[in-house]
Amino acid sequence: MAEPAPALSIAGLHKRFGRTAALDGVDLEVQPGQLVGLLGPNGAGKSTLTKIACGLVRPSEGAVHIAGHPAGSAAARAVTGYLAELFRFPGWASADEVLQLHQRLARSPGDDGERAELLARVGLSEARHRRVEEMSKGMQQRLGIAQALIGSPQLVLLDEPTSALDPAGRRLVRDLLVDLRSRGVAVLLNSHLLGEVEQVCDHVTIIARGTTVASGTPSDLARPGGVEIETEGGTRHFPDATREHVPDLVAQLVGAGERIYDVRVVTGTLEEAYLEAVAEPQP
Amino acid sequence: MIADVNTIAVYALREALRRKVLIVVLVLTGAFLGLYGWGTAETFDAVTARPDEPLVREQTVVGATLLGLAMFVTLFLGTVLAVFLTLNAVRGDAERGLLQPLVVRPMGRVSLLLGRFFAAATVCGGYVLLVYGIAVLLTGTLGDFTPDDIVGPGIALAAAVVVVVGVALLGSTVLSATANGIAVFMVFGAGLAAGLMGQIGEALDSDTLEDISSVAAWVLPFEALYQQALYLLTASTQNFERVVITLGPFGGARDGGALLWPWAVAYLAMVWAAAAWRFGRMDL
Ligand SMILES: Nc1ncnc2c1ncn2[C@@H]1O[C@H](COP(=O)(O)OP(=O)(O)O)[C@@H](O)[C@H]1O
Ligand SMILES: [Mg+2]
Repeated sequence: MAEPAPALSIAGLHKRFGRTAALDGVDLEVQPGQLVGLLGPNGAGKSTLTKIACGLVRPSEGAVHIAGHPAGSAAARAVTGYLAELFRFPGWASADEVLQLHQRLARSPGDDGERAELLARVGLSEARHRRVEEMSKGMQQRLGIAQALIGSPQLVLLDEPTSALDPAGRRLVRDLLVDLRSRGVAVLLNSHLLGEVEQVCDHVTIIARGTTVASGTPSDLARPGGVEIETEGGTRHFPDATREHVPDLVAQLVGAGERIYDVRVVTGTLEEAYLEAVAEPQP
Repeated sequence: MIADVNTIAVYALREALRRKVLIVVLVLTGAFLGLYGWGTAETFDAVTARPDEPLVREQTVVGATLLGLAMFVTLFLGTVLAVFLTLNAVRGDAERGLLQPLVVRPMGRVSLLLGRFFAAATVCGGYVLLVYGIAVLLTGTLGDFTPDDIVGPGIALAAAVVVVVGVALLGSTVLSATANGIAVFMVFGAGLAAGLMGQIGEALDSDTLEDISSVAAWVLPFEALYQQALYLLTASTQNFERVVITLGPFGGARDGGALLWPWAVAYLAMVWAAAAWRFGRMDL
């Protein structure tokens, strides 16, 4: 049997807006049950990439497929859930009515039960009949996330879904993402919050100036920062050493007559890796 | 597809009901109809009290002129409604982020456009028919004039406002909300100016002016439909009255001929295709 198509596959994607090249050759894949974080500075092209995947923006060049269907086709849109970075729901509609509208448009067989469950998952059960204009921005963002999950999509595209959320809301979204993954849903998460991405994502792609500058698992990217050993003579740094080298290093130092007070394996953070990756190339 | 169009139309109608402009238009309509009824009663009293003129003839002239005025106001209010229901349909809503969550659903952009169109066309067309009907009733009861053709002018007037809906929808794929509103009113004004020019041309016996006017009315067929509606009011009135009515201040009646309706339908289809094409290629 053929391997199932990736939930999202992007190859050689270019997008030009007039003379601006928003995307300049990006490749990306998200497998079912995989949670991929898309990072990059403002204007890197993250939102553009997401919009192309859900058919809002037409690519200039390149192939984008969702579960084997060309992006933008009805079949692709039918299996995709999307939360835009900047979105609004009609102020006069209640949370429940917004979800009902999207159930109809998504042809979701889910009924009352689906809406109640989704509102509970984003912590809006109490606000079910509250009108959107009476909701805080954070509550609207929660509603937006619920909306993106209508009809059990195979691929969920979230463009900075936690920008307006309080810490509890962010936590809730993290749990929700983990839960989606366990159900085999593929998620592409755009975020500025590196800590958040580091905690939940299986894979991280960093883009800058329209191209991929780094890609890998969060721990791959957050390269180790060597080993620090405190001796009588001060702190000594072994930049290329890892945890495996510690016993030998200590033995060596002790053998050389040093007294050891502390040993630290320095782990790099995703933030450092990120800043390094997106740094402007030196002229 | 039909289910999606229906869903969007219901959504657009619900949105329309929340807009304050609907209340404004309804209040203005009530005020206008009240004034119209009063004015009609007074005018016909004055006409009847003057025994020197042949009564029937003068009643026709006065009745048709008054109802013509009412039809102008009806079209104007219908246009206000049409513009406000569609001015933000595409770019305006896209700029506010209202459109994107809907467009990414499987229905596609054409269904969305159709839904918006049907909602606005139904509200505006229905509104125009209703106000026209009430004006005819008032003219018949408080005054003493019934148009030669009662249904025809209403249909032509409703069609005129549906054309405006189409134009405003096309405008919304190019311009953001405020600019589109202004642009559509300017187009509407251009149509009226063309009509007025035709009347001046008729009065001055200038063929050139009349030609310019009729070309403009066909380029903006809501004007041709409006002129057709006026024409149908007194379509079978002959001789002297007909001339007086044609020259009346709010007249501009002109028979669009057999091609008017096919042209109006084709025009709407073209406006529609252009809107769908623009919207289909837009990056949102
Ligand atoms: N509709 C548009 N028209 C013109 N330029 C655009 C448009 N959308 C995005 N851009 C440009 O494309 C680049 C990438 O934008 P975006 O994808 O929004 O970045 P990000 O989401 O990573 O912050 C930016 O330079 C932005 O100015
Ligand atoms: Mg963005």
